[in-house]
Formats: sequence, structure tokens, C-alpha cells
Amino acid sequence: MTLSENHSKRRPLFLHGDMFSRHIAFLFLALILMALAACAAPAPPVDETPKAGVRDELVLATTTSTYDSGLLDYILPDFEQKTGVKVNVISVGTGQALALGRAGDADVLLVHARPLEDEFVAEGYAPARYDVMYNDFVIVGPETDPAGVRGMKTAADALKQIAESESTFVSRGDESGTHFKEKSLWEQAGVAPKGEWYVSAGQGMGAVLNMANEQQAYTLSDRSTFLAMKEKGLELAILVEGDEALFNPYGVLPVKPTKERNTNFGAANAFVNWITGEDAQKLIAEFGIEKYGQPLFFPNAK
Amino acid sequence: MDIILDGVKQAIGLLIHLDPALLEIVALSLVVSGAALLISMLVGIPLGVWLGLRRFLGRRLVVTTVYTGMGLPPVVVGLAVYLFLSRQGPLGELGWLFTPKAIVLAQTILALPLVVGITMTAIAAIPRELVLQLRSLGATQGQINRTLLYEARAGVLAAIVAGFGAIISEVGAVMMVGGNIEHKTRVLTTAIVLETRKGDFALAIALGLILLALTFTANWLMLSLQRRLDSR
Repeated sequence: MTLSENHSKRRPLFLHGDMFSRHIAFLFLALILMALAACAAPAPPVDETPKAGVRDELVLATTTSTYDSGLLDYILPDFEQKTGVKVNVISVGTGQALALGRAGDADVLLVHARPLEDEFVAEGYAPARYDVMYNDFVIVGPETDPAGVRGMKTAADALKQIAESESTFVSRGDESGTHFKEKSLWEQAGVAPKGEWYVSAGQGMGAVLNMANEQQAYTLSDRSTFLAMKEKGLELAILVEGDEALFNPYGVLPVKPTKERNTNFGAANAFVNWITGEDAQKLIAEFGIEKYGQPLFFPNAK
Repeated sequence: MDIILDGVKQAIGLLIHLDPALLEIVALSLVVSGAALLISMLVGIPLGVWLGLRRFLGRRLVVTTVYTGMGLPPVVVGLAVYLFLSRQGPLGELGWLFTPKAIVLAQTILALPLVVGITMTAIAAIPRELVLQLRSLGATQGQINRTLLYEARAGVLAAIVAGFGAIISEVGAVMMVGGNIEHKTRVLTTAIVLETRKGDFALAIALGLILLALTFTANWLMLSLQRRLDSR
């Protein structure tokens, strides 16, 4: 008889059977809750009618580029001071920003993916889309430029060369506005990017630039985020710029309220009027000059 | 409401058709978390037994460190691993950043203290008399350790389950050091973040259900194992 057999006859000294059943009970509870959430009848509308007036908080869903570049921190205080409305910024990809709008979780959107924006309006989620500004994309890569694209005139040609030389290219891969732009450029280049060299990161611009920096890879970035990150020691350079295909227009869309979507339409419209107005447009134009010696966004509201 | 219903429906569809993209993500999640758990067990269980039995100078410091490790914020672990593995970091030469190896490393750092801590507590809870009794029966240290491990099996299994649960569901560190790269470092949790960010909630829910089912299965297997050990 071995020692362990001998002792297995004793009352277990330390038994956590309880802990296991609790673990399982918890998991069951979670499953049941999910199932319930899936089956429950639609919740009654909280508010019968959307409030017309301006409430004092506004949720702005925007792309990472406007936030990461510091633009919003620069211009928003003017809006908050003038209207007394506090702006809560949710900085996400354009895809999620639009989804937030559709669900009524955001009151106003500042995004850059024109076809998706038009679709949003066509579906009735916003009364209209307004021009705000544009910035441009740049193809960045290692100083050594192994694919030899530096100074090329069109982005499509550059991408084609990157693909042919199988130089590592990091893609946002997150259905963001930048990702859409990238996909349209690949289309123009007549290349279906695929293979070891094409890294689909599924992350924001900042994370992708860091990744490109670590792997000394190429990527497509908006100029503003790139310059802001370059300040912090990115070892990448702008290799291709100025191609009209690289322009990146931003639109603002107030989310139309319904019974289900009790959005802050009053404040959203105030925001639209403000950002397309003279003062904000001037702030946009001057942002970045002091720090980078060049503006990052070009106002174009009509 | 429709979003959630659609998500559940789509999840079932993806599972029934054994969607290859989905399987790839699930497999990678299991491989990296499995590897991290295995390393944590191989190192953590002996260490836990040792710490649970021995009395030595500075033990309290070690135990406090282990307990602190049990509550390590994953993002801090992610940040530390990132900085060490970065090109400019001390381990940059390895080229591990944004590879599954980096994820295994971060997850091991997260799971190890859990395995050590819970094993240690379970072992320490066994009355000292048992050790003395065993010794008087002429058991070798190896036999004593094995017996104690067997007595503390519920605790040890709890340690393993806790370790697995902590890392399979972890997202912050995995996102930072793995980079969520498609076909390479995209695991369940980071895929959920991505699909949510894309606004593709249906797929996110599908992935969430799978994650939940995985943890449930892991717990179930552990419980069955414990039952079998008990009935021996």
C-alpha cells in the first residue's frame, strides 16, 4: 500500500469542491443572463419625446486621428466655453463611431469615410453631413526605404512597389476611415495585399505606427497622427505625400433622435454650427503651426 | 435588441459551419494560453509546495510578493513586457514583440503567481501533524510531497483553473504585446475588441459566447477530474 492510498481514506483535509461549484454557478448565471438579454422583450422607451433643448453634456464619437493629434484638445475648450456644454469624446474607428451613432450612444460624429457617411445620412440616422476640414495621408516607412518608394508621385505606384518587394506593411485592418482609404489605394494599385509581408493589426493609428516602427515596416498614416508620434521618437519617415488620392475629408453628422435614440440633438446642432463656423474653422487652421511648423488640418466648411 | 439576437444566431451559425477564421482564433487562444498555463504549472506547483512547507527567513516577504503578483494589473504587465521586448528594450534582440511568444511571456507572468499562491495556501492548510506522521512512517521527502499534493489536489486544481481563467480572458496585455495581428497574434479577446470597434457586434457576441463556453468547459473538465480523483 502506498502512502497516498493510505491517506486518501482519511477525510480530505482541504477540499475546495465548493469553490468549483461556485465557479460553475457563476458561469451558468452569466450564460443565463446572456440568454435572457437575448430573449427579453424590447425595453419600454425611457423618454417619450427627445428633449428639444440643449442639455449640458454631449457625446462626440470621432476617429482616433482627431483625438490623438491633439486637435480636439485644442479646439473644444472654445465650444465648451461658448455653450456651457461639456463634450465627452469617444475616440474610436470610423466603423464603431457610426455604430455608436446608429445605437444612439453618441450625439454627434466627426469622421472621415465619405461613402459610409453618405450611407448613414441615407439611412436617416443624420439629417445631413457637413464638410469640416481635411487633412492628408502619407505613406511612411523606414529611413532606409528598402522598397525604394521615396518621392514617388502616386500612392498607388508606391504600394505596388512595396507589394512587389514584399516589404512589411502594417495595415490598420480595423475598418476605420484610414483602413478604407488604404483599401481603395490597394485597389487603385491593382494589388490584393496578402502574404507574410502584409500585417493586419486591427488597432488604432498610434498602435499601428508603433508596430511599424518596431518592425521597421511601411504603413499608411494620417499626417497629423504621424507628426504627433514622430515627436515622441518614431524612427519612420514620410516617403510619399501630396497625391490627391491621399486627401482625407472630415465630415460632421448630428445624430437624429428617435424614441429609441434619445440623443442630445440640440447640443449636436450647436456643435455642428460651431465647428463649421468662423471661429472654430480659424482654430483648426492654426492648430499645429506652433508645434510642427505646419498646419495639420485644413478647414473647408462652406 | 436585434443586435443581440442576430449575434447569438450568427454565433451558432459560425460554430455549426466551423468557420475557419474563427477556428484559427480559437486555436491560437488555446495554444498560447495553454503554453503559458503549462509553464506556470511546471514552475508554479513545485514552488507553491515548497513555499507552503518551508519556514525560512524572509518567507513573509516572498509570500507577500506572491500575493501581490496574484493581483498584478494586466496592463502594467503588458507595458513592462512591451518595453522589455521593444527594439530599444533590453530583450529587443529576441524579436519577440508582436509574436505569440510575447503573449505567452505576458500570460505566464500573470498566471504564475496565481498558481504559486493558491497551491501554497492549499499545501499550508494541511495540518503539520500529517507531515510528522508521514516522516515517522519513514516516507522520503519526495513521497511526502506527492502525498501532500494529493491531499491538496482540490486547491491545486483551483490554482490551475484560476490561472487559466485569468489569462484566456485577458485582453489588455495581449493587445499590447501581441498586437492583434491577423493570422498571427489575434486571439479571442483582442478579436472581440476589434469587432466591437468595427461596429460588428454580431461577430463580437459570437466570439464572446465561444470564450464563455471555453472557460465553462475548462472548469467542467477540472471538476470531473477532481471527482475522479476523489472517488479513487
